[in-house]
Amino acid sequence: MNSPWTNIRVIAKRELAGYFAAPVAYVFIVIFLLLSGFFTFMVSGFFDRGEATLTAFFVWHPWLYLFLVPAVGMRLWSEERRLGTMEFLLTLPITTWQAIVGKFLASWIFLGVALVLTFPLMLTVNHLGNPDNGVIFGAYIGSFLMAGSYLAVSCFTSAITRNQVVSFILSVVICLFLILAGWPPVTNFLAGISPNSTWLVDLVTSFSVMTHFEGFQRGVLDTRDLLFFLSLIGFSLFATAVVVRGIRE
Amino acid sequence: MIKVENLKKVFGAKVAVDGVSFTVERGEVLGFLGPNGAGKSTTMRMVTGYLTPTGGRVTVGGHDIAEQSVLAKSRIGYLPENAPAYLDMTVRGFLRFSAEIRGLHGAARDTAVDRVVETCSLEAVLHQSIETLSKGYKHRTCFAQSLIHDPDVLVLDEPTDGLDPNQKFEARKLIRRMGEKKAILFSTHILEEVDAVCSRVIIIDRGRIVANGTPEELRKRVPSGRLDDLFRSLTLPDTLKGGK
Repeated sequence: MNSPWTNIRVIAKRELAGYFAAPVAYVFIVIFLLLSGFFTFMVSGFFDRGEATLTAFFVWHPWLYLFLVPAVGMRLWSEERRLGTMEFLLTLPITTWQAIVGKFLASWIFLGVALVLTFPLMLTVNHLGNPDNGVIFGAYIGSFLMAGSYLAVSCFTSAITRNQVVSFILSVVICLFLILAGWPPVTNFLAGISPNSTWLVDLVTSFSVMTHFEGFQRGVLDTRDLLFFLSLIGFSLFATAVVVRGIRE
Repeated sequence: MIKVENLKKVFGAKVAVDGVSFTVERGEVLGFLGPNGAGKSTTMRMVTGYLTPTGGRVTVGGHDIAEQSVLAKSRIGYLPENAPAYLDMTVRGFLRFSAEIRGLHGAARDTAVDRVVETCSLEAVLHQSIETLSKGYKHRTCFAQSLIHDPDVLVLDEPTDGLDPNQKFEARKLIRRMGEKKAILFSTHILEEVDAVCSRVIIIDRGRIVANGTPEELRKRVPSGRLDDLFRSLTLPDTLKGGK
């Protein structure tokens, strides 16, 4: 028998191979790169800003991931349920947790690969000026953690249903809430409701990925932000385990 | 090797399996017979640790499937109903994965894959993706997966379903041969399979065991001496069960 870590690795390896065996992976990566290029250069006007930063790039990530990450995560469990392979997978000598973590890690690694492939931007900004590469590195870490959080949410929604479209939509809606809770138009509105105290705004924004991604974008590695993303991932995967357990009841 | 005690499964208001007990020893092939919807697959899903029983206990090779699930599951080879498999993988990739997840790596993995490919005659489709396979080949691929770690216990849910007559004949021969050294639990609703393969038979209806014995013993229970007459007298057709 394998050690738990070997089990997770074998599951993740199979899942990753599945991505790259199908055109899905390449389509995703190309679309991700095209869209992030489009927003960075055309919408944010990267060259006109006259700054040696990648703010114009990272600021779009919460929105880009909103659609792209659920597209990656939607099949994680719903496909297993539809094909009936879930029965095969869960009768293997592994625990449910190992299956969940293995599948999650595979897709997270995949998202990481897509993110790493944006490196020409980093080369560009280094060629044109003298950016603070520590800040850029921090933003990459934050972006990767945010992608992982969205993905864990998608993992949960894909366990709920055998229909990938339903899984996708549910996941987008939940992730949208995570964004909107810290989106200025919403926070301004909330501040208007209780002009004398900030507790409402503080409470709502503390649940938003925007708030916690901001620190990373400024190059500040705050443990609270780190903890936020990690606990969002942990909680969503736990919820996935509860759902999977429910299916087997 | 398999010990099932008072197993029970309730889905909402429906009692799918109601107090089923039996054992399967090494060298035995136990045929699990019953009409569609009798609770065969549900029982097998509980024996293999997929479904959590509402009540009762299952031990495989001395390990409780609920408390030592990983240990118990490592002893079982399982062919689920409809032979599910990852459609985007090749036959070889799927078998290699099955070997690795069961702790066979490197040369041991390759030997195991070669062995089951030969046993299940999969050479011709080894590099084909499972999606493109005929039903018979897909079924055999999933069957091969259940044999990859040479398990002591085999649980096969309708292993001859979707096979053509030649393949059925081969599969039965294989099950009988393996039954000499393993404990095999297999379900079917084809009565002719009982004589071809089983050393013992359990007939299940509406979640309860209604007969248990060797094919010869069961035959003596009806005047005609035919299993299908016994089967009909003990079980209700699917259409009459709807209201229950």
